[in-house]
Amino acid sequence: MHCEVKRGVGNMLTKRIIPCLDVKDGRVVKGVKFLDLKDAGDPVEVAQAYDREEADEIVFLDITASYEKRQTMLDVVKRTAETVFMPLTVGGGISSLGDIRDLLNAGSDKVSINTAAVKEPELVSRASERFGSQCIVVAIDAKRRAGSKNPEWEVYINGGRTPTGIDAVEWGEKVEALGAGEILLTSMDMDGTKDGYDIELTRIFSESLNIPIIASGGAGNLEHLREVLTDGKADAALAASIFHFKEHSVREAKEYLKKKGVKVRI
Amino acid sequence: MITIVDYGMGNLRSVQKAFELYCPKVKVSSSASDMLSADKVILPGVGAFGKAMEELNNRGLVEPIKACVKQGKPFLGICMGIQLLFPDSEEAKGVKGLGIFKGSVKRFSDNVGLKIPHMGWNRIKRASGREPVSVLKDVPDGSYMYFVHSYYVEPEDKSIVACETEYGRTFASGISKDNVYAFQFHPEKSQSAGLKIVKNFAEL
Repeated sequence: MHCEVKRGVGNMLTKRIIPCLDVKDGRVVKGVKFLDLKDAGDPVEVAQAYDREEADEIVFLDITASYEKRQTMLDVVKRTAETVFMPLTVGGGISSLGDIRDLLNAGSDKVSINTAAVKEPELVSRASERFGSQCIVVAIDAKRRAGSKNPEWEVYINGGRTPTGIDAVEWGEKVEALGAGEILLTSMDMDGTKDGYDIELTRIFSESLNIPIIASGGAGNLEHLREVLTDGKADAALAASIFHFKEHSVREAKEYLKKKGVKVRI
Repeated sequence: MITIVDYGMGNLRSVQKAFELYCPKVKVSSSASDMLSADKVILPGVGAFGKAMEELNNRGLVEPIKACVKQGKPFLGICMGIQLLFPDSEEAKGVKGLGIFKGSVKRFSDNVGLKIPHMGWNRIKRASGREPVSVLKDVPDGSYMYFVHSYYVEPEDKSIVACETEYGRTFASGISKDNVYAFQFHPEKSQSAGLKIVKNFAEL
């Protein structure tokens, strides 16, 4: 960063605030620790509300996509893209180039691949070659390994149910090399706790990789957003319940961050 | 009628939906005749330069695009669509671009501590000393637009630069000359600020 300052040219890119909607059967839900579900509305309407609030992007996570028909989600994406002119990422149950193509054609700007990337890493390279790195997000669910001397995290798949034995940071470096354009990094330890993001995990990822990192899991207040975007060096912060249940609006979050010296679009 | 050139490089639905807000007839098409008969043409696209040119060549769209530009009808390039207007790109050495403008397409440097792709919301600033650009009417200087790209254009003729953006360096995020306009960012994804550009182009 120092050399830019010397050249007198800065980086005006802002940190992104991204509400995430968990979607099941075409309705928004929010899982607590992935299991306890609450219904919170129509995804298209919620997306429109976040558009009005000038959220920087929106993420739809189809939490039942692995088991149920995908057509419902494609319809939600289509209806959203017709009225909301902001970047939309869709994840959940994506396992083939055909799934990716369908979602992009429906109006998604990016897709987020999780389990399928672990099972078949070539999917990441083939997808980024075919559709461009810019639309291939790899989602990593990482859980701290107990008892290890240095901080280590393990990759879990199948919605956090299945440990893989894979080191999360090494996996991140690998998918970057395979052509991922961005990482959606969820701390399973913090997800649903509202105790804040895993700052250490996020910082290690951001320092080890050269692609943007979206931090996820644990946001309980606005200070948590600030911490992960500064100390955690995240490029974007994803949050669900603090926005969905109107504890804070996206605008309030941005005003708070701006006051604290974080570059945000406001 | 506005024709959006479909050459298999990414989702054109949101581009179409955005322009439909301001124009009753917007057609997504890969046919040369739809381009040549349109009042306005949009060249969108995401992905890789080499693949994009391959797809344009396979569909026989290179000459029709050049013809549309020559006809003088309003022409808008978006994202990959700005890069394709140049003769070549560092992304695909040896691949010939459309060459409508002189200059080059370069990759952001890995060595300045910035993430690549340049992804997210960044400001556009009007290039100094330029006459007001019609499609930027009512777009406040310093507006935020949504970017996602790893390469940027460097026009030889600096007078075509319409707006600039800072990301480790200052680069041309928009260019315009006569009937041709092109932006590196996505107006159709940039909420109200971007939709002003969409409206301005639709109303040219």
